[in-house]
Amino acid sequence: MFPFLRRNRKSEQVEQVELPTRSITSAIRSLFPKKIELDDLEEILIRADFGAQASEQITGELKQLAKHLGPTEDSALRVLLRDLLTEKLTREDSALNLKGESFPYVFLVVGVNGVGKTTTIGKLAKWLSDGGWHVVIGAADTFRAAAVDQLETWAKRAGAKLVKPQTHGQDPASVAYQAVEQAVTERADIVIIDTAGRLQNKKDLMDELNKITRSIQKQGLVSEVLLVLDATMGQNALSQARAFAEAADVTGIVLTKLDGSAKGGIAYAIQQQLNIPIKLVGVGEGQDDFAFFSPKDFATGLVAN
Amino acid sequence: MFDSLSNRLSETFKSLRGKGRLTAADIDETLRDIRRSLLDADVALDVVKIFIANVRERALGDEVSKALNPAQQVVQIVNSELVKILGGETRRLQLAKTPPTVIMLAGLQGSGKTTFAAKLANLLKQDSQTPLLVACDLQRPNAVDQLKVLGQKISVPVFAPAEGNGVGNPVEVAKQAIEKAKREQHSVVIVDTAGRTGVDQEMMQQAIDIRNAVAPDELIFVIDSMLGQDAVGVAKAFQDGVGISAVALTKLDGDARGGAALSVATITGAPIIYSSTGESLDAIEVFHPDRMASRILDMGDVLTLIEQAQKTFDQEESKKIAEKIASDQFTLQDFLEQLQQVKKMGSLKGIMGMMPGMGKIKQDLDQFDEKQIDRTQAIIQSMTPLERNQPKVLNGSRRVRIAKGSGTTVTEVNQLMQRFEQSAKVMKSMAKGGPMPGSPFPVAPKKAAKVEKKKGSKSGNPAKRAAENQGISYQPKQSGSSFGL
Repeated sequence: MFPFLRRNRKSEQVEQVELPTRSITSAIRSLFPKKIELDDLEEILIRADFGAQASEQITGELKQLAKHLGPTEDSALRVLLRDLLTEKLTREDSALNLKGESFPYVFLVVGVNGVGKTTTIGKLAKWLSDGGWHVVIGAADTFRAAAVDQLETWAKRAGAKLVKPQTHGQDPASVAYQAVEQAVTERADIVIIDTAGRLQNKKDLMDELNKITRSIQKQGLVSEVLLVLDATMGQNALSQARAFAEAADVTGIVLTKLDGSAKGGIAYAIQQQLNIPIKLVGVGEGQDDFAFFSPKDFATGLVAN
Repeated sequence: MFDSLSNRLSETFKSLRGKGRLTAADIDETLRDIRRSLLDADVALDVVKIFIANVRERALGDEVSKALNPAQQVVQIVNSELVKILGGETRRLQLAKTPPTVIMLAGLQGSGKTTFAAKLANLLKQDSQTPLLVACDLQRPNAVDQLKVLGQKISVPVFAPAEGNGVGNPVEVAKQAIEKAKREQHSVVIVDTAGRTGVDQEMMQQAIDIRNAVAPDELIFVIDSMLGQDAVGVAKAFQDGVGISAVALTKLDGDARGGAALSVATITGAPIIYSSTGESLDAIEVFHPDRMASRILDMGDVLTLIEQAQKTFDQEESKKIAEKIASDQFTLQDFLEQLQQVKKMGSLKGIMGMMPGMGKIKQDLDQFDEKQIDRTQAIIQSMTPLERNQPKVLNGSRRVRIAKGSGTTVTEVNQLMQRFEQSAKVMKSMAKGGPMPGSPFPVAPKKAAKVEKKKGSKSGNPAKRAAENQGISYQPKQSGSSFGL
C-alpha cells in the first residue's frame, strides 16, 4: 500500500499513515473459466473491452513469449499473461497525491452523470474516515438537486461534514470555496468536491473547472482532479476520458462498476491510450467495495482459474 | 453520434478512391480498417464478424469488379450491409386492434427507461393518442415521483397508486392500470418497470410476472447506447428472459459511439424502433435503419431534418411571416418569434449532425456557444415594442440602454441590427423572386447553401463570428418555413 501523510491532530506533527487494506482480486471475473487457447485469446480480449488494437498487441506478445519459453501448460500460460498484464499496467504515478504537507488536500471529482460519481465520493470519504482521516465534502453539483441528497446520505455514513449549496443553482465555485473554508476551520485533512456532471461543451467545462480551481486556490491547493468512468461503457469510456482530459488537467481515473458483467479491459485501454493512471476502482454496490487500483490484483483476477 | 466511426470510415474510403481496379488485397486492407473502426466503436464482436464476412463476399464478387467506380461500389455495399445489421426496414409501433395498446418497457437501471416512457407518451400524444403512464418501478428511489413529474410536464396522466421506494406490488399496479385505461378510454398504456444495475433473476421474474399480467402488444427493451461489449450479454439476457418485441436506444448523443446501437438488432433479432437523445422530452425519433446508416457513413440525414422542421414550425405562423416579409413589415418581434421556433428544433449541433459531409465542421462547432442565441433573444427582449417594430428609432442612447439591459455590448447590438437589416433585405428579394410555394423540399437545398456559407464565415472577431453564425443560420430557415412548409 501507499504511504500517505497526515497531520496528527494532537501533536500537529505530520505523520505517515496507511488506509485499511483492501483487495479487488475476488471481485474481478476471470476471462478464462476454461483453458486458455492462444488462438482465441484475441477475441476474448476484444469481448472484454480491451479494444481491437490492444487485444492484437497483447496476443502477439503472449504468443512470442510462449514460443520463447515453450510453456504449453495452461497454468504456465496464466502466469505468463498475468505478468505481462501486470507489467503493462504498472505505473509510477498511480498513488493518490496525499503526500504534500499543505493541508487540507483538495480533490476535485469530475465526470458525466450516471457513472457513479456521487457514490465514488461517498465511498472514498468513508474509506478515508475509516482510516482516521477528517473529511469534508463539497456538493458543488448544484444543478442536480438529487445529487445533494445522495451525498448527504453518504456524508452521514462517513461521518464527514457536507457543505451544501444554499440556493438551487448557486455558483459551484462559491460552494467549493465554502467547502475549503469549512475544512480550514475544522482543520480537516481532505476536501472532496463533487462537480456537475453535464456541461454543454468543452469550453463550459473548462471555464467552470478553472473557476472552481481559482476559488480553491485562495485557501489551498488542488491535489487531485479525479475523472470517474463507468467500466461497462467500453470504448466509449475512452472517448469520454479523452474529452475530459482535453478540457481539464485530469490527474487520475476512478473506474467504477468493474465487478460483475463488465470485464474491465477498458482499464488497460485507458492507461495505454491516454497515459493517465487509474488510481481507484469501484468493484461492487457495497460501501466498502472500493479500493486502490492494483495492477497485480487486477491481472490475477482476470486470469484466475 | 458516431462521429469517430464516421471519420474513420471516411478516411478508409478515401484511400480507396481513385483506384480504377480493386485487388483482393485492397479489399482486405479496407475490411481490416473497417473491422477495427467498428470494434473501437464498441460494436459487438459477433456482429462485426457477420458484417465483415458479408461485405467481403459481396466486395469480391461481380458487383465490384464490373462496376464503373469500384470504390463507390464498396461504399454502397458497406451502406447496404449497415442497413441490414441495423435491422433493415423501418419498424413502426404495433397498435392493438382494440385499444388500449399496451406497451411495456424493460431494461437495466440507468438505461433511461423512465425518461423514455415520458418521451414516448409525448410522441404518441402528438399523434393524437391518449396515453396513460403507469409507474411499476417500485424499487428505485424516487422513480415513481420522477414519472409523476415528467407526466405533469407533458400533461399525460400517470397512474401511480403505489408509493414506490420498495413499497407496493408492481403486478397489481399493472393490472389495475389496464382496467383504468379501459374505463377511461386511454388508447395507449405505457408501463415503466424496475431495473437493476446488472441482470438478475429477481428482476427478470418480476418483468415476466408483469408481462403475464398485462399481455403487452409491444415489449420494448430500452438500452443505453453507450454500453460496450457488455451490451450483448444484457440484450441476450432480456431476449431470453422476458422476450422483447422491439428495442429503443437511449442516450444516442454527441459522444456516444453507438456500438450497442449497431449490435442490438442483430443480436436480439428484435428491430430498433425508437432512438432518443438528451433530456428534452421531445428528443425522441422513430428509428430508420437506412437513414442511420447514411448518417454513420456521413451521407447525412436530410429527411429527418425536414421532418423535424415540419414538426417544429407552426404552419399558420409561417404563413403570417411570409406575408409580412412580402409586404416589408418584418420586424424584430417577428425575428424573435422565429428564433424561438428555431430553438425548438433542438441544438444547432444536433441539426448539423444530420447534414451530409459535416463531420469536420461539427468538430469546430463543438466550441460554438449555443448561448449566443439566448444573447440575441436577450437583446431583442430588452427593446421596447416601438423599437422592435420600428428599428429605425434606435439611436445611440437607446442602443446603450439595450446593451445594458441585456448584459451585452453596444457592438453586439449593432451587429445584430446589421444582420437583421441584411436578412430582411435578402428575404424580401427572395419573397419576390424566390422559390414557389409548394415546391417539394424547399428546406433541403437551402440548408446545403447554409453549410457553404458557414465554412467561409470565420471572422477573427468572436462576437462577429457568432453573429454571422446566427444570421446565416436563421435566414435560410426563415425563408424555408415561409414558403414551403
